[in-house]
Amino acid sequence: MSRKYIPKVVTANRLREGDVVYQTADDRWTPHHHEAELIEDEARAQLRLHHAAAQKLYVVGAYLADAKLGPNGPEPVHFREAFRTRGPSNYAHGKQVDLSNV
Amino acid sequence: MYDYTDFDEAFVRSRVAQFTDQVARRLDGSLTEDEFRPLRLMNGLYLQLHAYMLRVAIPYGTINPRQMRQLAYIADTWDKGYGHFTTRQNIQFNWPMLPDVPAILSALADVQMHAIQTSGNTVRNVTADHFAGAAADEIEDPRPYAELLRQWSTDHPEFQFLPRKFKIAITGSPHDRAVTAAHDIGLRMTKNAAGEPGFEVFVGGGLGRTPMIGHLVREYLPIEDLLPYVEAVLSVYNTLGRRDNKYKARIKITLFETGKEELTRMVEERFAEVRPLFGGADQKLLADIRAAFAQPDLKTAPVDAYDAFYKADPVFRAWADTNLAKHRKDDHAIVTISVKAHGETPGDASSDQMRAIADLSETYGYSELRISHEQNVILPHVHKSDLPAVHAALSQAGLGTANVGLLSDIIACPGMDYCALATARSIPVAQEIATHFEALKLEHEIGPLKIKISGCINACGHHHVGHIGILGLDRAGVENYQITLGGDGTEKAAIGEKTGPGFAYDEIVPAIERILRAYLAVRTHQEETFLDTFRRVGMAPFKAALYGSEGEQDAA
Ligand code: SF4
Repeated sequence: MSRKYIPKVVTANRLREGDVVYQTADDRWTPHHHEAELIEDEARAQLRLHHAAAQKLYVVGAYLADAKLGPNGPEPVHFREAFRTRGPSNYAHGKQVDLSNV
Repeated sequence: MYDYTDFDEAFVRSRVAQFTDQVARRLDGSLTEDEFRPLRLMNGLYLQLHAYMLRVAIPYGTINPRQMRQLAYIADTWDKGYGHFTTRQNIQFNWPMLPDVPAILSALADVQMHAIQTSGNTVRNVTADHFAGAAADEIEDPRPYAELLRQWSTDHPEFQFLPRKFKIAITGSPHDRAVTAAHDIGLRMTKNAAGEPGFEVFVGGGLGRTPMIGHLVREYLPIEDLLPYVEAVLSVYNTLGRRDNKYKARIKITLFETGKEELTRMVEERFAEVRPLFGGADQKLLADIRAAFAQPDLKTAPVDAYDAFYKADPVFRAWADTNLAKHRKDDHAIVTISVKAHGETPGDASSDQMRAIADLSETYGYSELRISHEQNVILPHVHKSDLPAVHAALSQAGLGTANVGLLSDIIACPGMDYCALATARSIPVAQEIATHFEALKLEHEIGPLKIKISGCINACGHHHVGHIGILGLDRAGVENYQITLGGDGTEKAAIGEKTGPGFAYDEIVPAIERILRAYLAVRTHQEETFLDTFRRVGMAPFKAALYGSEGEQDAA
């Protein structure tokens, strides 16, 4: 019996700014985790990762991160990924403020 | 301090030009990330969790006010108005954007600074005693030797692709404030029977995954043998060091696997070959460098104002008691500026604070400054009569905290708030420990204590040598903190001992409190420090306080 596949999102940092982004189903890069494409199948995950890695003018270090479905879309599973959606805990810097202005 | 020669200037400028071109080629797609990564790392540029990070070298922690102001300018122009002083006496900017980095490097070059060899498998920034040139117990200022090593190792063709990074620390005092025992090579000045200064040489120290205290391989190395001997060590390491496994690549493992005797023999053999090749040019260079480190002309004046202030003002007195150290000249003091206000991020200074520090250095400190590996800033020479004014100005800038050497003078690495390698956060743990004990008003009662926190096994926060060390780990997807006790980074260097099972994020501050209450209960008198008490009573009372009697068995 193979274990159930843990759903994934494709995430990376933007080449110029360095901030965290996620790949959407319609091939955009979004700063919002909940807009990411939640990939529930391993083969597709590999495909989407390759697609992301090819965009070398836009993102750096693309990888697959575990995620789960929440009320507003995909949510991170691991605390590291949760921190990446917000920014550091010692200052109001990064997405936690950048995105609230949008 | 040392000023760039035309050669240094041309070298740094050409590196900036080179990297500017590399960034442009990365941005237009002619370089892939795989091609670009090693190039950016060679220039101190990392990609962290939320942004890029630029690490700027502050050689042996020495910086002048003009450079400090330039760092403030960089922080304001291209970053978020602050910088982070690291445990390797460097400064890191946490938010630069890639297209801006060439301009930042160029602004650094304008004040003779750079980010070269702050990364990669090379000889990194040589660190030194932060009281260098001022300490009362100093045999000699170690910085000319550090600068000699810097010049020799920068772009040294043989040592650009070592098995792993290589860190050298140097102290000119018998009291080791530079944690030399935890470096690949540690140099401690000493004197031979004839009273001539030289070095004790330690090799194979290091923290990280496999913490080890350096081994003494040479009890006395004459000054003129410094470069050939260090070259011999590096050369043997370059040949023997493992390149198959990055966790076994540091010289501490080479030494462990080869044996101290054999490694020492090989170094001495290589030294005999290398020594004749040094024809004295290095000693001429050293003489020039020494001249650049000439001591400032220290003033002589009465110190009555200081004495009167010390008696009259309890706030000033508390600060003077913790933040001043003994200067070699009686009417001067070494001021440690705490960049650790309770609840703030250890080692972070705002651009305003950097400018305030630069001003103070110029007005009262003979334009000298040092950065300590403990993430504070030092005014190495201040006349005692100027201390009340210095303290007042520091307090205004939010830099007057009287906590140097106490519980809240915590070393904390960036941890998972910034660092891509982290397994847990360290900064908020430091912040909470500091504010918690501030609220309890226990800090002064507890007395001298070094708490050091790392956010992963790489141990940038030096937790192994903290009297209390805290290591943040990821245990099954939850932050978990392992405690070690009894570590020591001085000449009596020791690696701390694990207490037992770790603690969750919200349990770590209460756990530290239980340890410290146990200490207060078992110390013989107020002067018996935490470390002395631990050495006397061992782990038992602390384990009992942490785990109760049941946990004591589990952890045994
Ligand atoms: S100890 Fe780990 S988390 Fe902390 S700065 Fe070093 S690599 Fe990053």
